[in-house]
Amino acid sequence: MKARLGALAATAASIPITLLGLAVVTFFIGRVVPIDPVLAVVGDRAPADVVERARIELGLDQPLLVQFWRYLTDILTGNLGRSVMTSNTVWEDIARFFPATFELATFAILVAAILGIGLGVLAATRQGSWADQAVRVFCLAGHSLPVFVLGLISLLVFYAWLGWLPGPGRQGIVYQDMVEPITGLLTLDAALANDWPAFWDAVLHLIQPAGILAFFSLAYIARMTRAFMLAELRSEYVTTARAKGLSSTRIVWRHAFRNTLVPLVTVIFLTYAGLLEGAVLTETIFAWPGLGQYLTVSLLNADMNAVLGATLVVGLIYVVLNLLADLLYRLMDPRTR
Amino acid sequence: MSDPSLRGEPLVAVRNLHVAFPSATGVTQAVRGVSFSIGREKLGIVGESGSGKSVTGRALMRLLPASAQVRADALRFGTTDILAASEREMRSLRGGRIGLVLQDPKYSLNPVMTAGSQIAEALRAHARMGKREARDAALNLLESVKIRDPRRVHDAYPHELSGGMGQRVMIAMMLAPNPELLIADEPTSALDASVQSEILSLIEEQVDQRGMALMLISHDLPLVSRFCDRVAVMYAGQVMEELPAADLHKATHGYTRGLLECLPSLTEKRDRLPTLRRDPAWLAPHA
Repeated sequence: MKARLGALAATAASIPITLLGLAVVTFFIGRVVPIDPVLAVVGDRAPADVVERARIELGLDQPLLVQFWRYLTDILTGNLGRSVMTSNTVWEDIARFFPATFELATFAILVAAILGIGLGVLAATRQGSWADQAVRVFCLAGHSLPVFVLGLISLLVFYAWLGWLPGPGRQGIVYQDMVEPITGLLTLDAALANDWPAFWDAVLHLIQPAGILAFFSLAYIARMTRAFMLAELRSEYVTTARAKGLSSTRIVWRHAFRNTLVPLVTVIFLTYAGLLEGAVLTETIFAWPGLGQYLTVSLLNADMNAVLGATLVVGLIYVVLNLLADLLYRLMDPRTR
Repeated sequence: MSDPSLRGEPLVAVRNLHVAFPSATGVTQAVRGVSFSIGREKLGIVGESGSGKSVTGRALMRLLPASAQVRADALRFGTTDILAASEREMRSLRGGRIGLVLQDPKYSLNPVMTAGSQIAEALRAHARMGKREARDAALNLLESVKIRDPRRVHDAYPHELSGGMGQRVMIAMMLAPNPELLIADEPTSALDASVQSEILSLIEEQVDQRGMALMLISHDLPLVSRFCDRVAVMYAGQVMEELPAADLHKATHGYTRGLLECLPSLTEKRDRLPTLRRDPAWLAPHA
């Protein structure tokens, strides 16, 4: 128990160091990109003394180390600067855009994990059968089809032709701003407000983008599950379990899968982290106002505060999810305790 | 009487067993016409790696991979025809009436389950038993395999146990439903020399106490001759000869002699140990 706490503390202690590294990286990206933050603020026709004054106001006359220190204290107090494009603080912007990504990514990873694990286990336990082949082809498609092709086909078929699902966007126009935003997650907010038509509308809007993201993630998760399971099913303790006369369901899930789950948790969490940073292409095709879109639009508009702020948030998400995966790993594998 | 040995029938009857593994490069004949029987006795099966001893043992429990082609004139356990038995029948046979002890507890125990829960699982697979009851029974079993601190071991994970301890857990688990036959597949090869004899005497004691039959698979000739009643010597998927263990030193077959010749000795000085000369005639199928 003591050793466990020690390992936990060591993991926790590594977080600030990782975050400091992240801050260094974002800070220097900000200095290296060929975008003049002064010109971004005052415009390129401002007189020289205005430019100079803005330069001093932004602290750019100070030595690099002092600038970094200021940057560090700023981000620690939650001050990520102001976006030139939206003229909100970056923090406000992220608080507005991130829930959309969070909702999308969470739905996608839930579907991907459940289906991916199911298909992976199915393929592994029936190695070489037609079911295995089908899963492998399905996964190959998930790996090789570009998201924009699939997204557009999906819109064409389910929205334009069949009319089963709504088009791009997070909600239908009649529901826009009808539900009190509490969490920023439209499904949850609608449910909290007891507004079930709005809830269904939000869910229907989620199906296509979340389904497509889930497809790509599940291809990866299913492949990894299959590979891990095949390795476990070949191991000696599975022979032991069979020699004990256990049912094949029990052997597959209680023995082999339980061991597969340990590395699989890392795979699923990192996939989730990848989804949370915002799927730019999916968000663009489905006009989903998420973090990926915010980041891309800011970048194209040379809005550096927004870019760096969003990058920092994405980095933070990665660190936190990595930590969670680490903790779960420790919890599930007695050998790491 | 349900005990087949008392009706003059052997517990295990194997006649002309063949096992083949087809692969992309051709068919590997792992076992080629093996026949033997086991009563309430200790049968040793010796032979080099790849001679088909383990495959023979696993064929008895139908534990071979699905790709294996198994055929035999007879493959019976008691009155059960193993080749024709349903999966359900096989499941009650496995663990229930035949136990299997594998070589290395480092790999043969599930790393993410406690020793106790793995034993309890074996118990509950073959008898209606509550969780508490299974736990108590598991503790008793751990005690019966001479583990000093059964409570600690019960809650320990396999990586927290030494090799000898792990093998005791393995034996306890396989003895749990009181099988009639124990197949021990190189049960001591992964253990330290000092622990080996402890584990062997534990197996011997349990086998005698419970009146089980034992099939001891090993490559260690002196060990088998000391420990078993009868020895079958296998080579290239065939039984070369079968003889009372006590008479092993009097073996006549060229292969057995060759194996015995190349053993070093502590008491007499031997300059250079002879290497085994393989006679192609050994490979010819014999009656």
